[in-house]
Amino acid sequence: MTFADISTVLPELVLALFAMGALMFGVYIGKDKVASLIAWATAGLFLALALWIGLGGEGERAAFGGLFVDDPFARFSKVTILSSASAVLIIGQDYMVRRDLLRFEYPVLMVLSVIGMMVMVSASDLMSLYMALELQSLALYVLASVQRDSVKSTEAGLKYFVLGALSSGLLLYGASLVYGFAGTTQFEGILLTLGNGAPLGLLFGLVFMLAGLAFKVSAAPFHMWTPDVYEGSPTPVTAFFATAPKVAAICLLARLVHDAFGGIPEDWSQVLAALSILSMFLGAVAAIGQRDIKRMMAYSSIAHMGFALMGLASGTAEGVTAMLVYMVIYVTMNIGAFAFILSMGRDGRPVTDIASLNMLSKAEPLKSLAVLVLMFSLAGVPPMVGFFGKFYVLKAAVDAGMTWLALAGAVASVIGAFYYLRIVFFMYFGKESEGLESRMAPAQWMIMVAVCVIMVSGIVNLFGIPSMASIVAEALVR
Amino acid sequence: MDNLLSIITFIPAVAAAILALFLRGDDPAAQHNAKWLALMATSATFLISLFVLAGFDSANTGFQFVEEYAWILGLKYKMGVDGISVLFVMLTTFLMPLTIAACWSVEVRVKEYMIAFLVLETLMLGVFCALDMVLCYLCFEAGVIPMFLIIGIWGGKERSYAAFKFFLYTFLGSVLMLVAMIVMYLDAGTTDIPSLLTHNFAFDDIVILGFHIVGGLQTLLFFAFFASFAVKMPMWPVHTWLPDAHVQAPTAGSVVLAAILLKMGGYGFLRFSLPMFPVASDLLAPLVLWMSAIAIVYTSLVALAQTDMKKLIAYSSVAHMGYVTMGIFAANQQGIDGAIFQMLSHGFISGALFLCVGVIYDRMHTREIDAYGGLVNRMPAYALVFMFFTMANVGLPGTSGFIGEFLTLMGIFQVNTWVAAVATTGVILSAAYALWLYRRVVMGELLKDGLRLITDMTRRERAIFAPLIVMTLLLGVYPSLVTDIIAPSVSALVSDHQAALSPVGDTQFVQN
Repeated sequence: MTFADISTVLPELVLALFAMGALMFGVYIGKDKVASLIAWATAGLFLALALWIGLGGEGERAAFGGLFVDDPFARFSKVTILSSASAVLIIGQDYMVRRDLLRFEYPVLMVLSVIGMMVMVSASDLMSLYMALELQSLALYVLASVQRDSVKSTEAGLKYFVLGALSSGLLLYGASLVYGFAGTTQFEGILLTLGNGAPLGLLFGLVFMLAGLAFKVSAAPFHMWTPDVYEGSPTPVTAFFATAPKVAAICLLARLVHDAFGGIPEDWSQVLAALSILSMFLGAVAAIGQRDIKRMMAYSSIAHMGFALMGLASGTAEGVTAMLVYMVIYVTMNIGAFAFILSMGRDGRPVTDIASLNMLSKAEPLKSLAVLVLMFSLAGVPPMVGFFGKFYVLKAAVDAGMTWLALAGAVASVIGAFYYLRIVFFMYFGKESEGLESRMAPAQWMIMVAVCVIMVSGIVNLFGIPSMASIVAEALVR
Repeated sequence: MDNLLSIITFIPAVAAAILALFLRGDDPAAQHNAKWLALMATSATFLISLFVLAGFDSANTGFQFVEEYAWILGLKYKMGVDGISVLFVMLTTFLMPLTIAACWSVEVRVKEYMIAFLVLETLMLGVFCALDMVLCYLCFEAGVIPMFLIIGIWGGKERSYAAFKFFLYTFLGSVLMLVAMIVMYLDAGTTDIPSLLTHNFAFDDIVILGFHIVGGLQTLLFFAFFASFAVKMPMWPVHTWLPDAHVQAPTAGSVVLAAILLKMGGYGFLRFSLPMFPVASDLLAPLVLWMSAIAIVYTSLVALAQTDMKKLIAYSSVAHMGYVTMGIFAANQQGIDGAIFQMLSHGFISGALFLCVGVIYDRMHTREIDAYGGLVNRMPAYALVFMFFTMANVGLPGTSGFIGEFLTLMGIFQVNTWVAAVATTGVILSAAYALWLYRRVVMGELLKDGLRLITDMTRRERAIFAPLIVMTLLLGVYPSLVTDIIAPSVSALVSDHQAALSPVGDTQFVQN
């Protein structure tokens, strides 16, 4: 371990030290009295690190003998992960305090899982991949059941744990097969051995690994845990599940297929295409019947992951660009949507029934306008930014000769539009009923409005994200 | 004034933003301000658009008032008009102030209502002005949002069903078009409409999944665009969303829907399908022609059976749009001239007819034909106006309706006599349903008690109808006003179309 290694992983190291420090601080100083302080400090630290990574670092550096790599792709993903985690912490704060859920372990666990995610997107070896994934997942299992006195939350945590362990098993089995046939765990080494075609055993390993990762990105048919976990977890945790871990998992997937299996795109791209098409349709169709907005968002995220996978399935640099653009947009939209969902309550209790939105537009014209923008954006209707995300992935798919996939995606997006519109329906056309509390914490309100402004004004140039993403993707796909 | 088109396009949007951000409250004063601001913005748009018309050089068949800026992903923000689109721009700017004036009696959520219409105007102008395919798509598709809200919030009893049907129908059509646009983009390497107009898309036969596709890529692209425009138009058999949407929409919403939104379909055929996929258009023209002929006869018959005034007029719109598609795919000078003329004239006439229904709906709150009768006794001015537009709808010589139908029928007669013969029966049927409607609503004795105190049109209502009557008559007696502007562009379109077909005709599609 040299100084160069340390400096490469410095952001992760800082976070890890912070997590341990915060843990000690919480235990010795005053337990949950300092929880709020720790949460805000964590959000601030996430933002600071995002700035540091985004503005600092250049070039490509490997550390620890090739276990860890710091390249533009990793930095782009890390900035996305850190800023979304920070935003989720901020919008969830008020909810946690009011429901008396704010334990000091909550931000600490979040930090730990974020460290896992940051290592995930930097992993360039099967070992570090698995380690990072487990670190992330273990923290998330606990987060899901953070509301200890709620049966649903505990159930969510347990369910997530059991299915997550299964998927880790699949992944590990696949990794061992890959190792057995390639003779190395390093991505570079695997890529080299693929030079003369892939042996069947290695393909088996690849498929197992893809299945394991599909669990993490909640792509159909490995999505079963998503709705229950989304519904059962406290809403701030759900918001977290819907954002940063999804980015980390799909970026890890992108790195794996391109860095380790870049030589055999035809073999994994059909698997990803199948996952994509299943997710898009399942997400779109299954969400129609949902009455709980958190479950609906779960299916919505499955459908969105389908679109992001469509970008990856094209197997080109444009595809990765499209996937990154899509993920950034998806995460932004979801933060806005969850800022609203977090504020839904009646008599001090959280409400997640969609019908409770009835005629919200009468009582809260501005808020419902914001939700309207978000819903149309999630549905991918122009001129909202959500449309451009879809446009990019569809273009990447057509460009890679997968017009059929693009057509399927287009049809799925129409089916999907229905349930986003239904929220608009309840807010604007519905019948008057018992309303919601109008209370919304200033931080939630600001973030939601900011997201809406982004959704509308992004039409000008998408804030330059596509060009950044394309540079990053070029660096990944060589 | 290089940015004239952008200026007229964005004035309504700016007014909408001002309303959304600065107008507070829902009291009568605020409502009053919202209406006046919307009226002023749309009127200003109209006045400025007159400069476009004045500065338009009809001899030039290229695009004029072009402005171009780089945008994301190699797309461009490019605006411009030619002889085909300039009159649609004028139609939109002309009708919007009247539409706003027609919703003066709305009292629910006035501010939002005005915002929806203003945004809608921006998007409609965007469709007609955009010279970048994706920009055009963006406006085309985004226009569905305000209309969805207009139907859904201010509509009738079954409004949410109608709004959803409208949205999903048009959305499905247009996402297919989006995929086709992406394919075109990758094929031609640009989304610039003028460049695409000169790009030759492949038409060699291809085989997909064992299906032999004649006309190859062009046919596939044609169908994808067709899915979108045929729904928008709407053509039989995908017209069923229109009667629902019209019946449930508020009066002003119906007016915009019938007078402007439907024209986007026809405009799309003229801008994309016909010039960009000439081979496929030629191959599939018989299909489109027969679909149009069926539409004309079938929907006219359906119109005869309606008990709801708005539904009747909606079906009559579908029939009249049948003449438009027929004229376009006749692909000759008269046909296309007639199609554009018919679209403009239908814009005035159907808009006016929906306003006529709105006038009595505002008073009686029902659209049932049976609820009326003998209105002429209490509302002579109304009876006159309604008579005039009924006749124009039938296509009485001297009104603009006649010119449009006559030109399209003349165009189609040269191409396919049978289609022309079938379509001509539609003229008779349209006279039947329109006059019968008029007879039942206006003529006869005033027997219904509720109607005894009904009042004639107010000054505001007369003021709304006056410009529409003037335009309908003016175009009816002096059609050159329109044809002079469109003819050069249309003849360029027709000759390009023939030129694109001639090598094909020699080799593959020998006329039998």
